[in-house]
Amino acid sequence: MALTLFDKIFDPHVVADLGEGWSLLHIDRVLLHDLSGARALREVGEAGHAVAHPDLVFATPDHAVSTAPGRTSETFAGGAGLVAGLRTRAAETGVRLFDLGQDGQGIVHVMGPELGIVLPGTTLVCGDSHTCTNGGMGALAFGIGASELGHVLATQTLRIVKPKRMRIRFEGALPPGVTPKDMILAAIGRFGTAAGTGHAVEYAGSAVRALSVEGRLTLCNLSIEMGARMGFVAPDETTFAWLKGRRFAPTFADWEAAVAYWRSLASDPGAVFEVDHVIDMADIAPQITWGTSPEQVVGVGGQVPDPADAPDAAKAAAWRAALDYMGLTAGAPIAGTKVDWVFIGSCTNSRIEDLRAAAAIARGKRVAGHVTAWVVPGSERVKRDAEAEGLDQVFRDAGFAWRESGCALCVAANGEAVPSGARCVSTSNRNFVGRQGKGARTHLASPAMAAAAAIAGVITDVRSAA
Amino acid sequence: MQKFESVEGVAAPMLRANVDTDLIIRIERLVGTGRTGLGEHAFEQLRAEPDFVLNKPAYRDSPIILAGANFGCGSSREGAVWALMGAGIACVIAPSFGDIFFANCFQNGLLPVVLPEAEIRALARETEDSQGVGRTRIDLARQVVVTPTGREVPFAVDVRRREAMLEGLDDVALTLKRQAEILAWQARDQAARGWAWNSVAL
Repeated sequence: MALTLFDKIFDPHVVADLGEGWSLLHIDRVLLHDLSGARALREVGEAGHAVAHPDLVFATPDHAVSTAPGRTSETFAGGAGLVAGLRTRAAETGVRLFDLGQDGQGIVHVMGPELGIVLPGTTLVCGDSHTCTNGGMGALAFGIGASELGHVLATQTLRIVKPKRMRIRFEGALPPGVTPKDMILAAIGRFGTAAGTGHAVEYAGSAVRALSVEGRLTLCNLSIEMGARMGFVAPDETTFAWLKGRRFAPTFADWEAAVAYWRSLASDPGAVFEVDHVIDMADIAPQITWGTSPEQVVGVGGQVPDPADAPDAAKAAAWRAALDYMGLTAGAPIAGTKVDWVFIGSCTNSRIEDLRAAAAIARGKRVAGHVTAWVVPGSERVKRDAEAEGLDQVFRDAGFAWRESGCALCVAANGEAVPSGARCVSTSNRNFVGRQGKGARTHLASPAMAAAAAIAGVITDVRSAA
Repeated sequence: MQKFESVEGVAAPMLRANVDTDLIIRIERLVGTGRTGLGEHAFEQLRAEPDFVLNKPAYRDSPIILAGANFGCGSSREGAVWALMGAGIACVIAPSFGDIFFANCFQNGLLPVVLPEAEIRALARETEDSQGVGRTRIDLARQVVVTPTGREVPFAVDVRRREAMLEGLDDVALTLKRQAEILAWQARDQAARGWAWNSVAL
């Protein structure tokens, strides 16, 4: 029987059939972060259990740490206890911790692939909805809540109903100025923010095959914004070349055996998906969100939609509320909208390729006088690599702040926030009400689009800025 | 997990779609806190609007929310469930839920009920027609919603999840009964996929 990539990873990980559609699924890797990691480890102990496999658990502080240059775990006082707790609990339980300033520290979904912790064909969970990012490696990776995280730590398994299969094929070459971020935003705009609910999404097609690993991670990152807990790309030679030699990647005979197995991890011809979509890359322009849901997105050449044109009354009301919150006028071109802040970072777009793309736009230019622009590398490693290439200097010369790694303005859990009423073009993943700070207005876009907005001081078509 | 059998009270209509978990509880409320004390911060941005449904006297103590599609989308923060329960919410009725929020509800004893949108609108109308005094009852064992006018509307909850909620079962304890199966799987896997284990061995 023809199997999908998803079946090929999920099915062999089933430890037991629990009946009524439930499986006990083995979990190969767990990532912990500061916001919930210490509590999870503590609660497992308080319930009288041991951490089943500390060797499979990896922790790093990212959410509630300052990203100010020279920061320590104390710089953001509100998060200091979380980091201290994570250090204590990790040491007690034998879980590896990648601490501030160490190679390996970073946003969990940047450090996981970067260290070779996330491998094709493995299952991975983290108490963070953007765990789907790691699907870019060809892994089944998904976010869970605190209680389920405790279950995994105590048993190395999860009780789960197998999701349905969905595939989105992106066919054709990437048009100028179009990045993986634009691909996935366009898909969410087309299919809606709940299209993937209950599904595991495979991204395929010639445009996906041509993407770098970093690009695939970005693509998979926004699966949850389409409602899907997991999104993934079949591993291939691009994956293997990227992974080889990384700190926790297999070596020698194990590497050979792994690659031989990984080569079998593609959906078979004729495999059936409950939902199957195709997107023609020629239809995709650089994207920018206009509202308070990632599905509220347009091509940068487009207009702010008019609620009068909404398909139904409920959508019209939602659009009106979004326009009101965002301070936008129906029917106006989205390009030219004045911007106050720019944020380049987050588990979506903070990897070295993202920084290169932004730096290419910023090189030799100046950030508009009224704009505050931040670049927050996704990990200590990304920061060091970027500095070795001189990207930090490009950003500094252009007037961007160059900061330490962490989640920062994506989630505003660390005391850093976009001020109320300010408009921010952000490379992150959520434009929810208040996400970047109470009253903050977020426009999601690619790193190049964000850099172009910083320079121009308004939302700008990156194709005319380059 | 806290047991859930039934709940009865005035159901608060909050029919907007895509109420995300950031909107239910802001992240800064979850920095350095435990599972309790979050109720007062539930929906804090919406509560700032005077005409928000939970600010209205009739709905201030509602234990049931009538919600729009994709309720609880976004972040995996279980604090969203803790905040709702802390605010006295025992049941959310929506046409659909975010997957992670939905799973988190069952881990804590908050009942998410899926009903067609038209049925939820009808429930909201019945409540509003009663000037906000008509009570709705949710009976998990019978899987029915009893509306303010006494109509019985059936719903379905996954059988495993229903059992766990009715009996307040502990998933971890249940799974650990299968420890031998887990260890056997792991032994087989270490032989077959040594690469997945050896490179991270402590």
